[in-house]
Amino acid sequence: MCLFQCIMNYFPEEVLEHVFDFLTSLRDRNAVSLVCKSWYNVERCSRKKVFIGNCYAVNPELVIARFPRFQSLTLKGKPHFADFNLVPHDWGGYVQPWIEALAKNGISLEELRLKRMVVSDESLELLSKSFPNFKSLTLVSCEGFSTDGLAAIASNCRYLRELDLQENEVDDHKGHWLSCFPDSCTSLVSLNFACLKGEVNAAALERLIARCRNLKSLRLNHAVPLETLQKILVQAPQLNDLGIGSFVSDPYTESYFKLKAVLQKCKSVKSLSGFLDVNPRCLPSIYPICTNLTSLNLSYAPGIQSNDLIKLIIRCKKLERLWILDTIGDKGLEVVAATCKELQELRVFPSDLHGVGNAAVTEEGLVAISAGCPKLNSILYFCQQMTNAALITVAKNCPNFIRFRLCTLNPVIPDAVTNQPLDDGFGAIVQSCKGLKRLSVSGLLTDQVFLYIGMYAEQLEMLSIGFAGDSDKGMLYVLNGCKKLKKLEIRDSPFGNMALLSDVGKYETMRSLWMSSCEVTYGACKTLAEKMPRLNVEIINENEEMEGRPKDKHRVEKMYLYRTLVGARKDAPPFVWTL
Amino acid sequence: LEMETIYVNDLNMKATELRLGLPGTDNESDAPQSSSSSSCVKNNKRSSSEMNASFQNIVSEQLQSHAPAQKAQVVGWPPVRSYRKNVINDQQKKSSESDGCGMFVKVSMDGAPFLRKIDLKFYNNYFDLLRGLKDMLKCKIGVYSEREGYNGSEFVPTYEDKDGDWMLVGDVPWDMFINSCKRLRIMKGSEAKGLGCL
Repeated sequence: MCLFQCIMNYFPEEVLEHVFDFLTSLRDRNAVSLVCKSWYNVERCSRKKVFIGNCYAVNPELVIARFPRFQSLTLKGKPHFADFNLVPHDWGGYVQPWIEALAKNGISLEELRLKRMVVSDESLELLSKSFPNFKSLTLVSCEGFSTDGLAAIASNCRYLRELDLQENEVDDHKGHWLSCFPDSCTSLVSLNFACLKGEVNAAALERLIARCRNLKSLRLNHAVPLETLQKILVQAPQLNDLGIGSFVSDPYTESYFKLKAVLQKCKSVKSLSGFLDVNPRCLPSIYPICTNLTSLNLSYAPGIQSNDLIKLIIRCKKLERLWILDTIGDKGLEVVAATCKELQELRVFPSDLHGVGNAAVTEEGLVAISAGCPKLNSILYFCQQMTNAALITVAKNCPNFIRFRLCTLNPVIPDAVTNQPLDDGFGAIVQSCKGLKRLSVSGLLTDQVFLYIGMYAEQLEMLSIGFAGDSDKGMLYVLNGCKKLKKLEIRDSPFGNMALLSDVGKYETMRSLWMSSCEVTYGACKTLAEKMPRLNVEIINENEEMEGRPKDKHRVEKMYLYRTLVGARKDAPPFVWTL
Repeated sequence: LEMETIYVNDLNMKATELRLGLPGTDNESDAPQSSSSSSCVKNNKRSSSEMNASFQNIVSEQLQSHAPAQKAQVVGWPPVRSYRKNVINDQQKKSSESDGCGMFVKVSMDGAPFLRKIDLKFYNNYFDLLRGLKDMLKCKIGVYSEREGYNGSEFVPTYEDKDGDWMLVGDVPWDMFINSCKRLRIMKGSEAKGLGCL
C-alpha cells in the first residue's frame, strides 16, 4: 500500500464527500472519479448533477446505478444539425423513458434540463406527479408538447422555482395553463414563456407575479398586452431579467406614460430581450434601463431599424452580451465597438432569410468590433461577405476567442477583395486563439484550412463544416490534429471513405460525428460499424422508394455516429438503420 | 510563423465525380442550368455533388464576371434554427401585410395637378401624418381641435371612409382611422366650411 493510500484511509468517507462538495465542475468530478476506487465510490454517491450530452450514449438504468443520489439531470437528444432541418421528424430523442425510469427508481429529481428532445404532455404530467421536490424545468429547442403539459407542471409542482421555455415548438391550446398555478404558489424565481404563441389570462399572470416576491427573471410572450406589462412591473421592480413580447403603443397615450414611469424604476434589470412587436417610437422609455444592462437580445425584433438600434445601444455601456439582427449594419457595429467596452459575446443574426440580403453586415463590422471590444471571446456572425485580411486583423485583435462561428450567407463565397479562399483567414484565427473550443467555418475553403485547424486548434472541441474542402485530406488533418475534438459535424463536403476509416478508434474519444451529403458509402459505414461495436453508426434513409438495403458502393446521404455503452437504440424509426 | 499562401488553380473544374444536375424546382437560385448532366435528377432532391457543382459554377461565374455571388436556396442554409426563422418570417409578413383599407392611399390636394400616395402604416399617429403631409405637399395645415376642426387653416385634411363619406381627419382614434381611410383629400380651407365645425 502506498503512502498516499495510507493517508487517504485516515479520512472517513464523509470527509471526502465534504471535500468533493466543493467540486462543482463536471470535469473536476470526472477527474476525481479516476483517482482510485474509493474516490470513485464517494464521488458517484455524492454527485448531485448529471450531464448527459447524448441521451443515447447511456440508458437511465446505468445512470441511476452509478449515481443513485442525483437531483439534477441535463439531457441532450437530437444532433445539432436537426436545428437546420437536416434531421427528419421522429428521429428520436424521447424523454419519456427517462422520466419513467427515474420515477420508478425513486430518484429525488429537482431539476431537469432538456435540449433538442421530444417531450410529450404525458411526459410532463408524469414529471409533475412523480417528484415532490421538483423545482426547475428548462426546455430548449424541444417539441412534442402542448400547453396542457405546462398546465400539469403548473398545477402539480408545488415548489416550482423555474420554468424556462426557450425556442420550443409548443402546441398552444390557448388554455389556461398559467391560471393553473395555485394561489399557494409563491416560489417562482424564473418564468420564461416567450416562445408561446397564445394568450394567457392577464389577471392570473398579474396575481402570480404579485405573490412571487422572489421572481428575478420574467420573459413574456407577444400576446401579453402593454397594460399588463405595466401592472406587472409595478409589482415586480426587483426583476433582473425582463423579456417584453409586445411593445406597441401610441406614445402619446396615458398608458404609455404610466409604462414609462414604471420602467424608470426598474433599476435592477440587467438583461433585456424580446420586442417581437415593437413601435420604435416607444423605445425611449427603455433608455433608463439601458445604463445597467449587461445582456441585450434584440435578435427577434426586426421592427427596430438601424438608427433606433444605435440610439439604444449607445446608452448600453455595460453590455457584456449582445444578440442582434444584421439590420444593425456595419455602421451600427462601429457604434457597438465604440460604446460596449465590456462586450464578451456578440451574435449577429440574418434578418433576410430568402432574398438578396441588402441589410447584411460585412467584414468591416467584424473588424470594428474586434478593435473596440478587447474582452470579446464568443462570436456568431452571419455576414454578406468576408476577407482574409479582415480575419487576420480580427485574430490579432482578439486572441481570446473561445467560440468563433462565422457564417457567410453564400456558403462558398471567396474573399471579397482577392477572390481567394478564406483558408488563411481562418488559419489566423486558430493560430492566434489558443483557447478556441468551438469553430464554425464557411466561405470558399480548401483542404488548407483544415491543415491549419489540425495544426493549431489544440483545444478545439466542436467543429462545424459545410461546403468546404477538396479531398479526404481535409478531414484527415482534423481527425489527426485536434486531440480534444468531441463533436464534428460536416455537410456537403467531398470527404469520403478513406478519411472516415483512417482512424476508427478516434470516434470513441468523441461524442459524435455527423456527415451528410458527403462521399462516404454504405459499405464503409458497415465496415466501421463492424470494427467498432461501441459505436452506433446510424444511417438516415429518406428515400422511400428504395427497396431493401443499398449496395455497398452507394453514397450515404446522412450518417450520424456516436459512442455508446448500450448498443443500438430500440426506439429508432424505420428510416434510421443502425448498422 | 509565415502563412502559406495557396493559390487554388482549379476552381472551375473539380476532379471529383460531381454530377452537374439541374437545381430543384423549389429554389430561385440563379445558378446556371448546366445541360451536361450525366444523371437526371428524378426527384426534386439535390445531391450534394450537384449542390457543390452549382456553387462552383456560381463561383467561377463570379470570377469571370466580378459580379457579386448569388445566393442560392439550400436546405438548412443559412444555418438558423427553424424557430427563429418562423418568428422572423411571421414578423416580416405582419409588417408588410395590409389589413383593411389602410396602407397605401391616394392623397389629392386641391389645386395640385396630380395625386400622391402615402403609406399610412408608416405613421404612428396624427401628428406624424400631418407633419408628413405638410412636408410632402408643402401646404399649411393648422392645428386640430375637436371643437373647431382646423378652422382658420389654409388647408384642411379630410378622408373618405369605408362608407364613402368624407370625414375630417382627427376625429376618431388613430387605429380606427387607418383601418377605415380609403383616400385623403387636402381641401382648401375656404371650401371646408360646414365640415365638422360650426
